[in-house]
Amino acid sequence: MTKTLKLRFNRKQLCIPYAAFLILFVICPLLVIIYYAFTDGTGQFTFDNLVNFFSNGNTLGTLLNSIGISVVTTLVCLVIAYPVAYILARSKFRKKYVLLMLFVLPMWINFTLRITALKEILTAIETNIAEYPFLNTVIGMTYDFLPFMILPLYTTLSKLDKSLIEAAEDLGANGFTVFMRVILPLSVPGIISGVTMVLLPSMTNYVVLDMLYNSTYIMGSLIGSYFAAYDWNNGSMISLILLIIIFIITLATNRFSDSGESGGRTVL
Amino acid sequence: MKKMKIAAVAAACMFCVPVIAAAGCTAEDETVVLRVSNWEEYIDLGDWGEDEAIDIANPYTDEDYIMGVNSVVDDFTQWFNSQDYGFKVRVEYSTFGTNEDLYNQLNLGDVYDLVCPSDYMIMKLLAQDAIQPFSDEFMDRSNPENYYINGVSEYIDGTEDSIFGQYGWSGIAACYMWGTTGLVYNPEKIDEDGKDVQSWDMLVNPDYYKSVTIKDNVRDAYFAALSILREDQLNAINADENMTAAEKSKARSDLLNSTAPETIAEAEDLLKEIKQNVYSFETDSGKADMVTGKVIGNLQWSGDAVYIMDQADEEDTELWYSVPDSNTNLWFDGWVMLKDGIAGNKQRQTAAEAFVNFLSRPDIAVRNMYYIGYTSSSASEQVFEYFDWCYGVVTDPESEDYYEFDNVYVYDVSYFFGEDSYIYLDMDLLNVEGAVQTNKYADDEYVAGYPVFEGGTVNKGRQAFGQYPTSDVINRSVVMLDFGDDLAAINQMWINVRCLDVMDIPVSTVVIVAVIIVAVAAAIVLYRFRFTIFYNRKEKKA
Repeated sequence: MTKTLKLRFNRKQLCIPYAAFLILFVICPLLVIIYYAFTDGTGQFTFDNLVNFFSNGNTLGTLLNSIGISVVTTLVCLVIAYPVAYILARSKFRKKYVLLMLFVLPMWINFTLRITALKEILTAIETNIAEYPFLNTVIGMTYDFLPFMILPLYTTLSKLDKSLIEAAEDLGANGFTVFMRVILPLSVPGIISGVTMVLLPSMTNYVVLDMLYNSTYIMGSLIGSYFAAYDWNNGSMISLILLIIIFIITLATNRFSDSGESGGRTVL
Repeated sequence: MKKMKIAAVAAACMFCVPVIAAAGCTAEDETVVLRVSNWEEYIDLGDWGEDEAIDIANPYTDEDYIMGVNSVVDDFTQWFNSQDYGFKVRVEYSTFGTNEDLYNQLNLGDVYDLVCPSDYMIMKLLAQDAIQPFSDEFMDRSNPENYYINGVSEYIDGTEDSIFGQYGWSGIAACYMWGTTGLVYNPEKIDEDGKDVQSWDMLVNPDYYKSVTIKDNVRDAYFAALSILREDQLNAINADENMTAAEKSKARSDLLNSTAPETIAEAEDLLKEIKQNVYSFETDSGKADMVTGKVIGNLQWSGDAVYIMDQADEEDTELWYSVPDSNTNLWFDGWVMLKDGIAGNKQRQTAAEAFVNFLSRPDIAVRNMYYIGYTSSSASEQVFEYFDWCYGVVTDPESEDYYEFDNVYVYDVSYFFGEDSYIYLDMDLLNVEGAVQTNKYADDEYVAGYPVFEGGTVNKGRQAFGQYPTSDVINRSVVMLDFGDDLAAINQMWINVRCLDVMDIPVSTVVIVAVIIVAVAAAIVLYRFRFTIFYNRKEKKA
């Protein structure tokens, strides 16, 4: 009797809830997307949706536009976040967690509220925000995604072994060389995860665009507009293409971060 | 006397007890669930402040004011269940954001009994045979409790010449709210004689670069684009004296409902221009942007225009509403029963029809109008009184609403409320051309001593004009029909407008991006192979 009551499951069984979740909410919808992407309105198998995407200047333009916005956003985030994370990680200030908290704090506020506030601030500065749609979008996205860049960078940089820096200095390296040859290569995993967390969502986050009056679609809004027009097929195809792009980027960055961890020399 | 009252109440209670008990029994028998889907913020949710009570006698509740205490849906449930229908009802009320959302929900398998889509979506659902027509009892004028058919304006429904009669929607849909489209604008920031807002052209007018907004909605945008493209032809039709009203109306409809490929292509080019000129394509933010003064003009539905003007008044900004001279879009939202939901269930159909009749009950219509700002299809006495109560001029200096004004204008809404329906408006709240002074109303003590004007044409005005446009605005209005099979082409046109075309990317941008990419790549390569290139030695191995 006591033997049967004893909880007997191995570690593998612990991931059953996650597997169930994955199948129900990731695999199944994905299959539905693939089904719709390769069928037309009547359910016949077709490649038309794929051809449509690559033969239409508007959809390709939208893809380039999205990539443009997300790359610029990511670069701006990186340029702002790296020094902040570096200073925070290096600082001897005992209350640096408070500082870190200050940077993460905006994440606690709903982002539509933040963007609404940003809209007012930008209006005060620019008087008419509709005249600079690209700039505003980048500002809005940066505002929204900056904490996602700071956090991984901070984690990597604060874990960095100080003795490596001291060793480099002992060997006569100046500040610049230490940074370029020791700190930067060692922080590549942080950069990679920060970039992934900013680059990919900013390709599709069209709420920011809408709220800041950029009337030019990005991938997210394009998919949305196809769905609103009951065109599940073309919408699914674009989602699928986006998914593949994301997959390729993730694959590439994973390779980078793997090699990054083993010394980082291969990057530069 | 007081004692007698108490006795009467007590007696009434004693009589009531068995009735309530009996009613309680049947309640357990059957409860029909009525699934209703309506636009967001399109019904009175109650909870008004004490001071908001509307000063109009309400014969339906025996109160001398009209006021929303509970939500209309709760009031309906309570009222229905107190009636002798033989069953109880419970309303499952949900909302949708756009007609397309509703259509998608229905296609994905959501079941509703009663929904409130716009004109073109009713046509679309009708074409798919999804609509359950209303019963003959519902359309029976002899029953005074059929508030819809007895109350609805003859202009909208009920006769052959009415709009619903002409389009064959009578008995299919019950009109809930209706209105026009036009431009809300700030009169202080436009040109002096106000000509700019009398044309849809304002949307592409470079004088208003990045300071007008348009709806983020392909139908309204397409209508505006065609109105600009066909402005000369439309004005010619308006001015033509040889055509009858019916011919004019048909000619306008043909122009603005055109979905020919070349028309769509023309509209696409113009909409791209509009996109460059406007502040934004807005879904909801346009109201706030107008009130806060971020934009000067805003393409708007009349009901929202009234709402915006009310909001702006509270902020001490005066906004006006203009219906362009060439044409306007006349639109309707109507209740339809769905076959999938009703499914031949007589009780459910009765409940659905009772719900529509309840919404058309004059006091409820007034409550909804007050709460949402749109214009009800009801032409009943209370609704007219409400219109007068809201906007009619106050001549009694003792009244708290009194303010000094110069001229009175006789604002005629007979086309809607029936013959001799007019209210007296402060003439400064309208822009009237060609009005003449008259003595016809000299006998009316209410406006005695004021100069009274009538006639002429009104093309701009404040809330009253937004709520009920004049008959000449109605005469130049066009109902926008469903795009039918051309919907896909128009949707594609809209996507083309909103997307960045590869061909439209400026060469300078391409060059700059290419230079940056090459520079970065070169820097990486140089740094990576710096030992081989600069020091002429092999790379150090780690």
